[in-house]
Amino acid sequence: MRFGVIVFPGSNRDHDAFYAAANILGQQAEFIWHDATSLGDRDAVILPGGFAYGDYLRCGAIAKFSPIMKAVKTFAAGGGLVLGICNGFQILVEAGLLPGALIRNRGLKFVCREVVLRPGTTDSPFTCNARKDRTYRVPIAHGEGCYFADERTLDQLEAEDRVAFRYVGNPNGSLRDIAGVLSRERNVMGMMPHPEDAIEPLMGSSDGLVVFQSLLAATASSGRGSVAQVRA
Amino acid sequence: MSAAAITPDLIAQHQITPDEYQKIVSILGREPNYTELGIFSVMWSEHCSYKSSRLHLKKLPTRGNLVVQGPGENAGIIDIGSGYVIAFKIESHNHPSFIEPFQGAATGVGGILRDIFTMGARPIAVMDSLRFGRLENSPNAARNRRILGGVVSGIAHYGNCFGVPTVGGECIFESCYDGNPLVNVFALGVCRKEDIFYAKAAGIGNPVIYVGARTGRDGIHGASMASAEFTEESKQKRPNVQVGDPFMEKLLLEACLEAMHTGAVVGIQDMGAAGLTCSTCEMGSRGEVGIEIELDRVPQRETGMTPYEIMLSESQERMLLVADKGREEEVFAVFRKWGLEAVEIGAVTKDGKLRVKQHGRVVAEIPNRELADEAPLYDRPHSEPLRGVPMKPRPYTCPDPTNALLQLMASGDLCSKRYIWEQYDYLVRSSTVAGPGSDAAIIRIKETGTSVAMSLDGNGRYCYLSPRQGAMLAVAESCRNLSTVGAQPVAATNCLNFGNPERPEIMAQLVEAIEGIGEACRFFDTPITGGNVSLYNETLGEGIYPTPVIGIVGLMKTSAPTGIAFRTPGRTVMLLGGIGESDETQFGSTQYAKVILGQLWGMPPALDLEREKQVQSAIREIVNAGLAESAHDLSDGGFAVALAECSFNGVGARIDLNSEMPPEQLLFHEGPSRVLLSTGHTDRVAAIAAKHGVEAPVVGATIEKELEVSQKGKRVALWQIAALQQAYEQALEAHVR
Repeated sequence: MRFGVIVFPGSNRDHDAFYAAANILGQQAEFIWHDATSLGDRDAVILPGGFAYGDYLRCGAIAKFSPIMKAVKTFAAGGGLVLGICNGFQILVEAGLLPGALIRNRGLKFVCREVVLRPGTTDSPFTCNARKDRTYRVPIAHGEGCYFADERTLDQLEAEDRVAFRYVGNPNGSLRDIAGVLSRERNVMGMMPHPEDAIEPLMGSSDGLVVFQSLLAATASSGRGSVAQVRA
Repeated sequence: MSAAAITPDLIAQHQITPDEYQKIVSILGREPNYTELGIFSVMWSEHCSYKSSRLHLKKLPTRGNLVVQGPGENAGIIDIGSGYVIAFKIESHNHPSFIEPFQGAATGVGGILRDIFTMGARPIAVMDSLRFGRLENSPNAARNRRILGGVVSGIAHYGNCFGVPTVGGECIFESCYDGNPLVNVFALGVCRKEDIFYAKAAGIGNPVIYVGARTGRDGIHGASMASAEFTEESKQKRPNVQVGDPFMEKLLLEACLEAMHTGAVVGIQDMGAAGLTCSTCEMGSRGEVGIEIELDRVPQRETGMTPYEIMLSESQERMLLVADKGREEEVFAVFRKWGLEAVEIGAVTKDGKLRVKQHGRVVAEIPNRELADEAPLYDRPHSEPLRGVPMKPRPYTCPDPTNALLQLMASGDLCSKRYIWEQYDYLVRSSTVAGPGSDAAIIRIKETGTSVAMSLDGNGRYCYLSPRQGAMLAVAESCRNLSTVGAQPVAATNCLNFGNPERPEIMAQLVEAIEGIGEACRFFDTPITGGNVSLYNETLGEGIYPTPVIGIVGLMKTSAPTGIAFRTPGRTVMLLGGIGESDETQFGSTQYAKVILGQLWGMPPALDLEREKQVQSAIREIVNAGLAESAHDLSDGGFAVALAECSFNGVGARIDLNSEMPPEQLLFHEGPSRVLLSTGHTDRVAAIAAKHGVEAPVVGATIEKELEVSQKGKRVALWQIAALQQAYEQALEAHVR
């Protein structure tokens, strides 16, 4: 499987995502500079965690204008798999690829800790290997991770089975305990927790592997990572 | 040339003594102008020149088999094998953090990170040693809470955005830090051995390039501010504090490392204290060359800046580098990619002078070597160390130990610092094997299969009672922390926080502490590869406790950490090193004396270096053989506090101690050289301990939910773990609100 990891000025978990894809999963991975206009030939693209442009404006509000985002949108529109983690989730939301917003944590402080997640759905290329009857220990590290959307959007997300993960023990005030959501076509996912930092027993948890293994399984069964094919 | 007349008043305002002024005149062969006076004043400030401490710092061991770079560069460097090295150092940002806690602490992090990546190393860990005034029962409690909140947010803001994990540290509260908090930041980076860069200018005619943020009027005279005592007027010095931009720093990191890899960079140094002045003259002096710069080319944030202001500005996130002539474009291309300014501002010359021009006219001309390396050196008089407490206590009565431990676990120094460290990203880079809450932080090096363990330790109370002994205990504890997680201590850095060295009784504290550090580091074979001295930590004549903070790094094979918590009921609990010794005099330095009895007297715990080393060798072998299910060293609060900390997984212990000591001393004395462990391999652990000549009595067994301690078969205390944990976890947040 061919992963692309996008590097915005200020991305800082780009190496973590790369390491997970290349070293732990043993897949091809390449960094893609935000200035590029093409993603190249990829099965999946990761928008990593960090502080793109320092997050001095709203998180992700400047990054969405990076040249590469046009290519990301085209890729997503064509069914390509796009995973936004933490700052990457914030950018996807700002770019309109995912609904809702990520606002300041309820506690007003940055929080770094392990949280417990429960998959909201297994019907997605990011969670197809997950089990709904168990929980997953994955860390968070963010100051603005409180998922927010109007009631109608939240109802719609639930009606369409698009909540990818929920917190068990809400760490940031996210509405309806939402930790990750899917796009309508289910080929774009954003999540605040960091599965790429929970991929080896040495790190205290390997539960984050489920996201990457789901991607591998989905891509293998589709041959090309297009969700339309996965679901068909 | 600047027209300001050089009057005795002006000289005094620059904190230059008449003798120092005469030396300046003889170096220049003339009177300095205003700009030159400013340049000398920052380079010869205590902060930059170490003029009071240099003589004594020479007593520290700095060499060792693994030392690639000792003191004198931006950071020390240690060989970790497989072609890789680590660079690390600790620095203080005490004075700025008092004046503006958030930015003071943030730029403290920024400064030390630049020290690391200017050596070519990518920062992979930060730790902080923090000291504040009391958060309650003090007239300054509200201000102290605000300082703590600001400092912690500042560190989080900078480190989190930059993308370096903040993996450990310490946080202590004492009244003596009321008007003078200590913010010491340690950073560590890694690179390949052949990728090390030095802050040395070379190659006559090579271009001198300025990169990063623009120069503004912020932080002018920061270095001299850090070299003076605080008065009421200090609060007016806010414009002296710089403002940090971690995003700019992150770009600077990536761009500098990328530029270094082009092979077109000759030397590089960050602009930290004393900004453009320090980076130019130090790089020139190290390379025994001159540097000429034209200030018109320096990127400026404000208009109308004078040469004095440009040379002394401490604007953050700036670097100075020397490139190979003809290859400048390769360097510029990298900085363009990262959206950063890079401007050729001058060239390397052969005359050994720092020549500063503005509008084509020379505004300062000073020999580099004399400016950078020939600062005055003082052998300040030192008497007996200041010690304002008795050898014996006022009469006291001890409360029931059950309550005493609950009270201790909720006290500022001993309670959980989760409120602080959860605000730090301690996981970024996915290399944190053991983070906050561990005896020592462990960061794996993905490329080598090696892990680096690190620990910061200091104990102002011990050092106030005996600077020499206290400093040695700090080194011993730091090494013990590393050994307890299985690492071999290999090198050290230190941050010496003291009061006014012009007072002989304070100077004596400094001298004795340095000698103590030297002796202990020599003994443990952990050479000091760099560090920082922060003097004049006094506000309104009130000095801080002498507070040397030691950072020690160790090496180990990458493997899952043992952890401090008991894991399984039914395991044997052993006390490696035994119950230890204490007496009434040594008991006066403990947390028990501080928190429960409200007194400080006597002496720090006794330290037997030889025994300490044996205990450390034994625990390293036990942990590395996988025989310990948990291991935790005893330190502040003694046996009972360590026992409580081991139980926070919900597994406790039933303990019986065979000792005649009074129960409060038995439970709470702070004798060093002890490690509490649980194991399913009692005989093998005992055999290793015996081999190293260390006592390792079996003191009990792990059980569920409770801690019970008896002395010679008679129960002295029983605790529910849940109650202890609640006291421990909730205290700091309650104090801060």
